[in-house]
Amino acid sequence: MNLTVNNQSLLLALGLVMIALAIGWHEKLGIDRDMIVGVVRAVIQLFVVGYLLKYIFRVNNVWLTATLILIIIFNAGYNAKQRSNGIPHALPISVGAILISTAVTLGVLMAAGAIAFIPSQMIPIAGMIASNSMVAIGLCYRNLNTQFKQERQAVLEKLALGADLKDASREIVRASIKTGMQPTIDSAKTMGIVSLPGMMSGLIFAGVDPVRAIKYQIMVIFMLTSATSIGSVLACYWAYREFYNERKQLVGPLN
Amino acid sequence: MSLLELKQVGYQVGETPILQGIDLTIDAGEWVTLSGPSGGGKSTLVRIIASLLTRTSGDLRFAGQSIDDYDPIAYRRRVSYSFQQPTLFGETVRDNLQFPYQIRQFPFDQQRAVAALEYVGLTASDLDKAVVDLSGGQRQRVALLRNVMIYPEVLILDEVTAGLDAENKAFVWSMIRHFNGDDGITVIAITHDQTEIAAAQRLVTLVNGRIVAGGAQ
Repeated sequence: MNLTVNNQSLLLALGLVMIALAIGWHEKLGIDRDMIVGVVRAVIQLFVVGYLLKYIFRVNNVWLTATLILIIIFNAGYNAKQRSNGIPHALPISVGAILISTAVTLGVLMAAGAIAFIPSQMIPIAGMIASNSMVAIGLCYRNLNTQFKQERQAVLEKLALGADLKDASREIVRASIKTGMQPTIDSAKTMGIVSLPGMMSGLIFAGVDPVRAIKYQIMVIFMLTSATSIGSVLACYWAYREFYNERKQLVGPLN
Repeated sequence: MSLLELKQVGYQVGETPILQGIDLTIDAGEWVTLSGPSGGGKSTLVRIIASLLTRTSGDLRFAGQSIDDYDPIAYRRRVSYSFQQPTLFGETVRDNLQFPYQIRQFPFDQQRAVAALEYVGLTASDLDKAVVDLSGGQRQRVALLRNVMIYPEVLILDEVTAGLDAENKAFVWSMIRHFNGDDGITVIAITHDQTEIAAAQRLVTLVNGRIVAGGAQ
């Protein structure tokens, strides 16, 4: 039996939010307002995007599709920048890293014939890639900030011995790239055992044979591994230099 | 011509002056001892000389050329700075003695490393000793060796004997005497130790960011 979500069932499902609100109210968590705003925003944003996508899928114009993908990439870059805690040039670094990681991954998928340049495939896939890249880059920034603070003395000593910036930052950059990629690797390890992830669940919901659905999911794992690694490497290698000034001196803690 | 020439060097953070009007000339092969009360600007001064900080005013020349004309990395390989309570890198003593070679992409001179370890009272087998197993005195010796595995022209020492016992202190000073006397490395050493101050060849005293004695030769 295929399930259908109609407006009536959505209204009933709203009861689930009421449970969360009741818990928040009973435990005095003080998050009632945030929760209501969050739910209302999600509903409005999803409705808007739903109608927008419907229009774009129908129009099926290359330029419109490309523009929407660029908007997704810019938004992802802007959000990653928000997690940079003041690292200079974090916006161009984030947008650049997400743009390249998305372009490379989409390019390989298209070359392999896994997806075609049609909006109903490109836009959701680009969104998945960009959002995972965004989270990875955000984690990279957090780790760079923490490590440059914690390892300040070691970095200074390496500089004092005549190390160039790359040698002085090598361990920090490596650790940060690893931090960025870790969630994707961890989730790949538990895939199918703990989580039946979004794309696969969605396909199964829509009545697709689970054996076909896992093939899509495997593709998603491959593309997210590639996207987060490219995004993390680029962002870390571009961002670490921002912790030094033009005289190749370590600048003070950025926050 | 002096090796290092500082003219009216100043450093300030925001509106707060840390160093003011520093005039100091140091010749090649000299051993200069820097002393003065804590917070007087000694570490800031040597970090400026080591190119880890940039002065906010005045002129600093090394071997007749403005420090601004040097590539900072190449300069720091000639003017090496050793910290109080150094951090050792990696896992083993080898990782530390190898570091100066790695950053220059030179092959590691193991023979020289072993000779250096033996000179400081360690053995060839200590090359693969974990840094966490070294005593405080051994750590400081290894850290100093790291600075001189490939000879610099100037060695800056920021209270490198602070926190060491009398025996280790004496040993580290004998190492530095060797670097200065036998190898001709110019030494600039910060110290609070009265014995070291009393034995100074040239004593420069810094109080409240100004040189109060020993600036002029």
